[in-house]
Amino acid sequence: MLRKIRITFASIFFVLITLLFLDFTGTLQVWFGWLAKIQFLPSLLALNVLVVIALLALTLLFGRVYCSVICPMGVFQDIISWISNKTKKNRFRYSSALNWLRWGILAIFAAAFVVGISSFVALISPYSAYGRIASNIFAPLYQWGNNLLAYFAERADSYAFYSVDVWLKSLPTLIIAIASFAVIFTLAWRNGRTYCNTICPVGTILGFFSKYSFFRPQIDQTKCNSCGLCARNCKASCIDSKSHKIDYSRCVACMNCIEKCNKNAIHYIPARKTETVEQLPNDVNSSRRKFVSLTTLLALTSVLEAQQKKVDGGLAVIQDKKVPKRNTLITPAGSLSENNMNKHCTGCQLCVSVCPNQVLRPSSSLSTLMQPEMSYERGYCRPECTKCSEVCPTGAIHKITQAEKTATQIGHAVWIKANCVVNTDKVDCGNCARHCPNGAIQMVAIDATKSDSLKIPAINSERCIGCGACENLCPARPFSAIYVEGHEMHKSI
Amino acid sequence: MGKENTNNKHDINRRKFLKVLGGGTAVTAAAIYGCGRKGLTSESNSALGEVPTDKMTYRTNPKTGDKVSLLGYGFMRLPKIPKKDGSGDEIDQDTVNKLTDYAIAHGVNYFDTSPAYCEGQSEHAMGIALKRHPRNKYFIATKLSNFDPKVWSREASLEMYRNSFKELQVDYLDYLLLHGIGMDGMEALHGRYLDNGVLDFLLKEREAGRIRNLGFSYHGDVKVFDYLLSTDIKWDFVQIQLNYVDWKHASEWNTNADYLYGELKKRNIPAVIMEPLRGGKLAQLDYKSTEILKRYDQEANAASWAFRFAGSQPDVLTVLSGMTYMEHLQDNIRTYSPLKPLTNKENEALEQVAQLYLSHPFVSCTACQYCMPCPYGLDIPGIFSHYNKCLNEGNYSDNVKDENYKKARRDFLIGYDRNVPRLRQANHCIGCGQCRPHCPQHINIPEEMQRIDKYVEQLKRNA
Repeated sequence: MLRKIRITFASIFFVLITLLFLDFTGTLQVWFGWLAKIQFLPSLLALNVLVVIALLALTLLFGRVYCSVICPMGVFQDIISWISNKTKKNRFRYSSALNWLRWGILAIFAAAFVVGISSFVALISPYSAYGRIASNIFAPLYQWGNNLLAYFAERADSYAFYSVDVWLKSLPTLIIAIASFAVIFTLAWRNGRTYCNTICPVGTILGFFSKYSFFRPQIDQTKCNSCGLCARNCKASCIDSKSHKIDYSRCVACMNCIEKCNKNAIHYIPARKTETVEQLPNDVNSSRRKFVSLTTLLALTSVLEAQQKKVDGGLAVIQDKKVPKRNTLITPAGSLSENNMNKHCTGCQLCVSVCPNQVLRPSSSLSTLMQPEMSYERGYCRPECTKCSEVCPTGAIHKITQAEKTATQIGHAVWIKANCVVNTDKVDCGNCARHCPNGAIQMVAIDATKSDSLKIPAINSERCIGCGACENLCPARPFSAIYVEGHEMHKSI
Repeated sequence: MGKENTNNKHDINRRKFLKVLGGGTAVTAAAIYGCGRKGLTSESNSALGEVPTDKMTYRTNPKTGDKVSLLGYGFMRLPKIPKKDGSGDEIDQDTVNKLTDYAIAHGVNYFDTSPAYCEGQSEHAMGIALKRHPRNKYFIATKLSNFDPKVWSREASLEMYRNSFKELQVDYLDYLLLHGIGMDGMEALHGRYLDNGVLDFLLKEREAGRIRNLGFSYHGDVKVFDYLLSTDIKWDFVQIQLNYVDWKHASEWNTNADYLYGELKKRNIPAVIMEPLRGGKLAQLDYKSTEILKRYDQEANAASWAFRFAGSQPDVLTVLSGMTYMEHLQDNIRTYSPLKPLTNKENEALEQVAQLYLSHPFVSCTACQYCMPCPYGLDIPGIFSHYNKCLNEGNYSDNVKDENYKKARRDFLIGYDRNVPRLRQANHCIGCGQCRPHCPQHINIPEEMQRIDKYVEQLKRNA
């Protein structure tokens, strides 16, 4: 019964959290965005004291149910382990805890946190690792499935589905996601919850508390015949059936043992004693680091040339835009500063997954690996959208309104004279000025003495918010004639 | 039931046609097919019946005595297939051959092309398709399409003229037109045909018999039309845009068809009709218009009304239709086999429909592709076609409070991305204006693009 309740809740949590990463329509995030915000590390990073206390209290009361119900990575391993169980039953056995490894990794993790090596934090944090797998591996599959439906819908003249672009946002992140998936899969397939009880820093912290949990599975020695069935079905390898002991620091309260026991010798009942809490590592501090981009160099000439018209019809070839070299990377409005982003982001990819404008992508630079950065080759940060700020569970991107967003300067536009089609093609343009949502671009005559003079853009950097509409819609290709430089510190205008 | 099925099938075919124009949704009207046939049921035969092979209406060319079929085949909207190397599309020659054979077998004998059509491939395709038939079975019409000032020189123009013979694989042309007279006014006429002596050359070619009929196609500035008719040149035919909207309500820059036709009739010059469907738009009418027409004929579809209108003028030599699909060809052959001229009542009904049509802010694009390719990659006809389609289907709303706003917004935006790749949408129009002189409908393309872009932006912002 208890196991069924656990499985029911776990399934609901798991499906919904996964859908947060898959749903590109932005509907589910409105209703279930809180599921990301009750994850342990994100709430710790967001300094969300209430959630952290609630999770610790939950653990002190019921043991590590967080690990078997709320944590998507935990449930994901259970699913793999469950499938593995179909081929090989009773495959687990008791092993003693590798405490030096657990606490060692936690210590390194905390140190990385304090020093600000956010990529290491993102690498082993369970929620981030799962988010990475969901957004890099599951999401493309989900989108291709959707595109197939859209394909049929289009042919049936239905608007029920629309096609979305599936694109490679960052190769390093994809590789890390595939590697994470492979490691987690192997560990879970062979030994169940190895990751949770040796590597996962959250598992170590909660394990510490669950030692003192009020409710816990306990072996009734009068009924137990030491058959060892419970131990062979314990995916946490924490039941020592010979000495009738359970290591509660590793038990994730999955209740499998209770169901397996033929003698009804295991019960989930109050323990005799509980103990209190100690201080947690917080007070993080990180240093600012230079953004080292892997992007290509800025070319100074625009390649597009107006083609000569000879016959009717056909479409001109459009070159793909390339990422310009930016001295400072652009982070979304609400992230306050590069510093704040570094301090709080765990690289879970939720913001990247929900960005409907193909602006956010995981950074490939070593110091900000997997953290979101913006670029405008495929779209621009549209004024009506505040999706990333709504979903961020860690406080790396604070929630903002549309009005606040249009008044937040995250960067400013820079004009590159040599690329501008007004100069290269000698044509009227002004597409940047026409699409600037803040009216920060003015078209000014090159030669004021002539009434029919061509006009070039003049940027009012004070009004520019760095949304990238100008960069994205600039006709110069592959490098735009106007691009956005990020600001280390965002400001309100 | 069976009958309904057949009709639905027809709707889908018509829809495919509209898709070629970049549009592509269900015809509003439950268009029912085949005017006035009786006694057919779904059990005995298809509701449409056979396409007649020997009932085509013919008109006589007063000069040569040519018996010209009232339906003319325009080679401007030929079917295309992706090239094998993946670099865009090419003409689907097999289908073109099949369509041509079918047309000839059912009495169509006038074939119209131009060196500029279909990215310059149209003449070549026509040459291949018609070469397979005896030369005296059909009439070929082509044009001297020297629009670009680079080919205004005598040498370049004559080169273009001579190349037409090569592409079409013929040693004489039945009909040759000065192409798009009136676009860019008198200046272009002088530059293209008068000052360089090209017109004199063509008149000599006519004397020599290499051009059997010399005429011009007209769009735009009426001064040029009047001027050409006032000269002492004997024009064998003139091609004009005529349909029940343009008859009395041509766009500002253009001239009402009743005037043009009247002037030709006075001089006993036969008229060749283009744009009888106004770029396909008269093939899909809104609900109200459909209701009006159903009162007169429950089975006729929207396109057949437009063709009957164009064909009902007695001095019309032939009505051109750019038929991409077999179903359009069959549909149009039926309409003219034989033509049932419009009654006065029916003419009045069409005038009502024209008024309704004008009440929508359509862009008057006919998807002729003259503006293409846009140097900055836009799909100009695709954008206009999507916009017009949404207007026509009522999927247009600029007020969030409107009852159907949500649906209109969704359908417009999703359909926009489906029909026009993002990088070819209106927000990429930089307003350089290079397309403007090419538009025979004189659409201010950059201005319309910015208008549509504003509407899209408004929808996206949900405001």
